[in-house]
Amino acid sequence: MLVLLILVPILAAAAILLGAPARQMASSAASLNLLLTLLALAGYHSTQGGYQETFRFPILPEWGLNFFLGVDGLSLVMLLLTAIVTLAAIWVAPPVQGNEPAYFACLLFISAGATGAFASLDLFFFYAFHELALLPTFLLIGIWGSGDRQAAAWKITVYLAVGSFILLLGLLGLYLSFPVDHRTFDITVLQQQASLINPGSRNAIYLTLLLGFGILISLFPFHTWAPAAYASAPAPAAMLHAGVLKKFGLYGLLRVALPLLPDSARHYAGLLLVLLIGNIIYVGLATIGQKRLDLMLGYSSVMHMGYIFLGLASFNIIGTTGAALLMFAHGLSIAALFAIAGQVRERTGTLAFAELGGLAKPMPVLGFAFGLAAFAAIGLPGFANFASEILVFFGAFQNGTATPFSQIQIATTLALWGVVISAVYMLRGYRAVFQGEIQERWTGLKDITTLRWPLILLLAVLLLAGFFPQIFVHLLRPAIAQFLAAK
Amino acid sequence: MIAPAFLEVAVLVTGIFLLIYESFAEDREKSFVAGMGIAGLGVVFIASFFAAQTPAITGPVTGWLQFYSADAFALFFKRFALLTTIIVLIISLEYRDVVRRYIFGVHSDAGIGEFYTLPVFTCAGLMWMASAVDFVMIFVSLELVTISFYILVPYMRRNSISLEAGVKYLVLGALSTGFFVYGVTWIFGLTGTTNLAQAAAAMRQITGSQGPLLFGFMLILTGLGFKIAAVPFQFWVPDVYQGAPTPITAFLSVGSKAGGFIVLIRVVEAFLSVPMLREKVIAILSAIAVLTLIYGNLAAMPQNNLKRLLAYSSIGHAGYLLMAVASLDGARSASAIAFYLAGYLLMTLLSFLIIVVVANATGGDDIAQFNGLGKRAPGLAFAMLVAMLSLAGVPLTIGFFGKFFVFAAAIEQGHYVLAAVGVLTVGAGFYYYLKVVRAMYWLDPAGETSVPVAPLTRFTITALAALIFFFGVYPAPILRTLSAAPGAEEVVAADR
Repeated sequence: MLVLLILVPILAAAAILLGAPARQMASSAASLNLLLTLLALAGYHSTQGGYQETFRFPILPEWGLNFFLGVDGLSLVMLLLTAIVTLAAIWVAPPVQGNEPAYFACLLFISAGATGAFASLDLFFFYAFHELALLPTFLLIGIWGSGDRQAAAWKITVYLAVGSFILLLGLLGLYLSFPVDHRTFDITVLQQQASLINPGSRNAIYLTLLLGFGILISLFPFHTWAPAAYASAPAPAAMLHAGVLKKFGLYGLLRVALPLLPDSARHYAGLLLVLLIGNIIYVGLATIGQKRLDLMLGYSSVMHMGYIFLGLASFNIIGTTGAALLMFAHGLSIAALFAIAGQVRERTGTLAFAELGGLAKPMPVLGFAFGLAAFAAIGLPGFANFASEILVFFGAFQNGTATPFSQIQIATTLALWGVVISAVYMLRGYRAVFQGEIQERWTGLKDITTLRWPLILLLAVLLLAGFFPQIFVHLLRPAIAQFLAAK
Repeated sequence: MIAPAFLEVAVLVTGIFLLIYESFAEDREKSFVAGMGIAGLGVVFIASFFAAQTPAITGPVTGWLQFYSADAFALFFKRFALLTTIIVLIISLEYRDVVRRYIFGVHSDAGIGEFYTLPVFTCAGLMWMASAVDFVMIFVSLELVTISFYILVPYMRRNSISLEAGVKYLVLGALSTGFFVYGVTWIFGLTGTTNLAQAAAAMRQITGSQGPLLFGFMLILTGLGFKIAAVPFQFWVPDVYQGAPTPITAFLSVGSKAGGFIVLIRVVEAFLSVPMLREKVIAILSAIAVLTLIYGNLAAMPQNNLKRLLAYSSIGHAGYLLMAVASLDGARSASAIAFYLAGYLLMTLLSFLIIVVVANATGGDDIAQFNGLGKRAPGLAFAMLVAMLSLAGVPLTIGFFGKFFVFAAAIEQGHYVLAAVGVLTVGAGFYYYLKVVRAMYWLDPAGETSVPVAPLTRFTITALAALIFFFGVYPAPILRTLSAAPGAEEVVAADR
């Protein structure tokens, strides 16, 4: 099943490159994948917990390296996110200029890379699949991007390549820090024998991992690649990258760094707190200053990573589950926002606030959808973002020491202001684009028609998870409890 | 089972036969010479899998075995040399029109036969180099390789750039040989032997000043540094690579470099076995590795000529290999080097083959000639994309596994600075390799004509690209041939 999940997009991409009709093939592959993911979700015995649906093929036995797939509750939620966003991204893709097959093949490769990374239980393939997405992103931004696309493409590619190789160093260091006859890339085995890691190198490995993953997640101050790249990327690429791929780093911190290096993770929690406040406050203020919708969304996606980090820094089940749920919720909401921004750009050719305004009049549905997605991103009740942020804040605050105002409580208090900041920029963005005076030239714009369905899909899942977060918490909780139990 | 020494003999016989045939052949049959060369080497390549591997040498040896080792490592590099030469001959066939343009002759095909024959002799030299465990043997095989390159590099004698490359290669090659021999005399003077294992044993007995030993090592390293294009012995590389006929550039950058590395591995193993010298040797190698990594990768960034870009990139790759050489104390470092070189063979020869094909159609080997190749020749562009991704080190290609093993070797030996520098230069590598990708896919084509590809070339390109992916996912077959028997290090270790 999991093998199919990875193979379907790759084979579809190959078929497209060999001449199959691109858009139909891509949408069918994405729909099939969503179906398969739902089946996997239905087939998962949550009472039993643990890793299920495992598939193993030895690659380098003497290195303990296998092609090893399997899912637990956390990876299932991430796979669901991948499948939903992929379908929406392919659905909203505008008519392609030039090489249409390559465009859809690139999207499918990004999706396959994310799927493979989330489904892998082998450290090597977990890493390798993520890198699959690097080149398609480069091509998508470089060929079909807008604005200063070439500079943005170079920056994201080289930045992420260096980040990935730093991550590789960390993972190799982790692998080599086990005694010789216990070395393996099998994540499940590593988790069982985490205590064997050479104590002297734990902190260094954790820092390398944090740096590597941090660059991929756009942790402050390594976030500068993200806004420009997302602003220039074509909407589907931005949706997939900001919505799904960026979650890989957080997922890695949760699955690898936290359970394997629990002491170091706690040791450096203070550092993480400082950086995440940078994400929330510094980048948040920068977001308010943006004068274009695409850049604003790019910065906001960087800012929201701060909350997830806060959840990870809480080290208790409430906060960490909240972080995991927020990964899911943020993925959906930012994808919806980028999709809408893409539609606006498609119609007007610009996203500068100064040139837009009043677009809700000719395009009420798009405006309404943006409103909902913006509310979700701010974290208003009813959306999954609210449910998860409240878990994050409660979890983080609760974790403080008995003395009033420990580090994490201060950080939580500051982070709460982030909600206000998000409200400010999201509502300003909404006003600048959809409210106010409309310029003469925009009065004839056509509203979205069939393209409302992908948006409905994204928003409906957000609402579902907002009203019934228990469905997801139920899945996430056992997995996360296991990560936190490691001491 | 075949005695391994017969493999070289078979290659030599093939070469001599080709020379004789070529002298009597009609002009139009000259391409047939290359075909026969490919077939002959192909047979030897298959035969090499039936060659008897000699076990690790224990105790003092006499006679032939003093010079010649046929361990798994040596056999691996013999196959490496054979495969390289076969592909170089295929590239030469694609390149024959360019060579014809720049040589005299009563007939259009006169004088081109040797262009196909000499690589076969180079191949024999490389194969001996793979087995050489004695300084004299190393020297002789090294010279066989180098002298045939002296002829091949300036082969297009009416082309001034090729001639310039030839002169530079001749002067610096001779100089490096001088350094090497001078270093060997120092080691011989101190130990009284030219055999590596015996010299290592004798060096361990030496007490007192280590200066003379280190001096000898430095001289040898200088000589080999030229062959593997390590900084600061790299300055001949860009000009020679750009000027030489493209197949010969490919041969230089793969065959000559690999030969240099196997010799370097054997020599460094011997020196590392001397406790007194270990740390200094490692420090010297690390310093050279850092310089090579930084220089090669940074200098490649602004290049606009693809051959020149690959020249600098080959310096950069030498840097990654040197990272592993500096970590040779680790059990898996030698096989990491061999694996990296195997990947390097596939991706570099693939790029050079495509360069020749594209240059035939567009008339040049600048990156600009690749503009819009994704539209003109999607298949070729995709193959080039594969080669570039592998050179950059994207996962699921063989290039990534090579880097993976090399980094693992460096970290295992605690060379964190080396690993950190390596990571940063990988970023630079992504930039300049993706420059080619950018030209192929972002930019508009210069012309509309499609690029014709001959059947044999098409097959080779497909096979190389497929192998890059196959070994990028499943590297076990290559590693198995390397670990099937004790590697080079055992020869020395047995004496320790």
